[in-house]
Amino acid sequence: MADASIQAGDAKCVGCGLGGSKDLWVFAEQNGGKIAEVAFELLGKGLELKSQRGGGCRLCAVLLGSGITSDMTAALSCAGADVVYAVDDPKLAEYEAAVYVDAVSKLILKHRPEVVLAGATAVGRAFFARVAARVRTGLTADCTALSIEEAKVKGAGAMQMLLHQTRPAFGGNIMATILTPNHRPQMATVRPKVFKRKPAAPGRAVVVKEVLDLVAPRMRLVKAGGNPDAVDIAAAEVLVSGGRGLKSAAAFGQLKELADLLGGEVSASRAAVDAGWVPQSRQVGQTGKSVAPKLYLCFGISGAIQHLEGIRGADRIIAVNNDPEAPIFGMADVGIVGDALEIIPALVSELKKGGS
Amino acid sequence: MNPETNTLVREGVESIVNPFDEYALEQALALKDSAGARVTVITMGPPQASAVLRDALARGADRAFLVSSRAFGGADTLATSYAISQAILKAGDGERPDLVLFGKQAIDGDTAQVGPGVSEFLDLPLVAYVKDLNVDAASGSFRATTVMDDGERVVEGPLPAVMTVLKDAPAPRFAPLAGAMSAARARIEVLDEKAIGADPSKIGLRGSPTKVVSIFPPPARGGGRKIEWKGDAASLAAMVREAIDG
Repeated sequence: MADASIQAGDAKCVGCGLGGSKDLWVFAEQNGGKIAEVAFELLGKGLELKSQRGGGCRLCAVLLGSGITSDMTAALSCAGADVVYAVDDPKLAEYEAAVYVDAVSKLILKHRPEVVLAGATAVGRAFFARVAARVRTGLTADCTALSIEEAKVKGAGAMQMLLHQTRPAFGGNIMATILTPNHRPQMATVRPKVFKRKPAAPGRAVVVKEVLDLVAPRMRLVKAGGNPDAVDIAAAEVLVSGGRGLKSAAAFGQLKELADLLGGEVSASRAAVDAGWVPQSRQVGQTGKSVAPKLYLCFGISGAIQHLEGIRGADRIIAVNNDPEAPIFGMADVGIVGDALEIIPALVSELKKGGS
Repeated sequence: MNPETNTLVREGVESIVNPFDEYALEQALALKDSAGARVTVITMGPPQASAVLRDALARGADRAFLVSSRAFGGADTLATSYAISQAILKAGDGERPDLVLFGKQAIDGDTAQVGPGVSEFLDLPLVAYVKDLNVDAASGSFRATTVMDDGERVVEGPLPAVMTVLKDAPAPRFAPLAGAMSAARARIEVLDEKAIGADPSKIGLRGSPTKVVSIFPPPARGGGRKIEWKGDAASLAAMVREAIDG
């Protein structure tokens, strides 16, 4: 039988503890040489956090890959990085969680940053949770607000600079602010489009080429990129979205027609995805995607907090719902109290009449 | 299988199977059908969470363990990952299983962090967002289709491994009546902190690096006008066009 001598993770997991550097790191995810937009959004937020932090904090970008170019490091520099840690290794040619974890963990243990941020992308979410477990620190997923404030921490001598990590929590209508008081680094992920990218400015980042002894990849990529329904709703300028109030998959056919007329994409609430009317790749909200279209036009979505968090970045929200008390109206610029199933066809025929 | 407790009060609250975990269970049961796997289900939670395990047994799981003790209360994802890793080792008599499956995320915490955390504590390869899985028991390898932000990726690798399963995977099966009857009588082993040999400093609130310091209602964006629909499609169309064309 198992006994107390069996301890999961003792081989590799190591703590960092307090007392490292003051630096703030952003993981610069790249795929095929293209740096993910969310990395630039995080560097933009990082500039704000750096000035809140003060005291010699440097904003650093961490770039992993095989065949890293000066264009890539220059882009990070222009987005505000003071330092770019670049790990250029053939083992990093394809994303594999264990190898990425090894690289980032080794960098963290070597340089001991105070804060590490990553995009809550498919890549970032999974492997950062593993990095946090390896370096034995906390990780707050899907933060929607971040700030750094000075505070006294029980058990720690000097004042600590704490990252206030705010996210929707408990699957309900509440926000939570979370701290990682006694462990470093303080780690958080942020979804794409939650923060806005800042305009590029001339940068003079120091590029530090890191040579690490990385574990060997154990998986093989057989095929990439195949997905007939690959649509990035996060990048759409116009989203026409439906929820439980549409009552059927057929109504989403009408929504598609409306989206086509407006040059947009169809998206949906979790309820509609759970009902099987729409694929998960089109889900807006905390468990789907955060979006930032010019227009978010939604029908039959009541507006759970997770959904509202996902559409906070929209320029204009027009919502249709038959319940005048629906929470979606608390966020919509224009709320229309009425039957979505009546209004969708009326709007479709009106738009057809008006031409484009 | 995948609770992500925070400082929630869970006593007296009915437990449901996390919908994502049902898909993970279905993958496991499919492997039992095709490759003769033994399926063990583990959940962490209050005593009433055993209902979730009985449901899994009814559908065809072979063994069930409930990781439960007040000492686990208030665990964040790191402390939860550790406790579940210890329970997995306990269930395997110190050996790691060939495959550990999680739902992509829980619907309460939504963090998607426990599966990856367990992969670290068990020192196993991690394959996240699996929608399709094939296992070759003879060679001890897998081929998985995963869904990433830019589309699907098919990867191959050796077992053992930890995977997180999407709802795009095959839908969960229903429990046959006979299964439900025998599951109602099945013994569910409860594992507390001593049973899993947990280091007390790594579980519960004490083992959680993150602390919830405040909770508050979400900030209102400030709703705009609210109008009642009276059939004026022309005004609505104009509003929509104005938003798009600026």
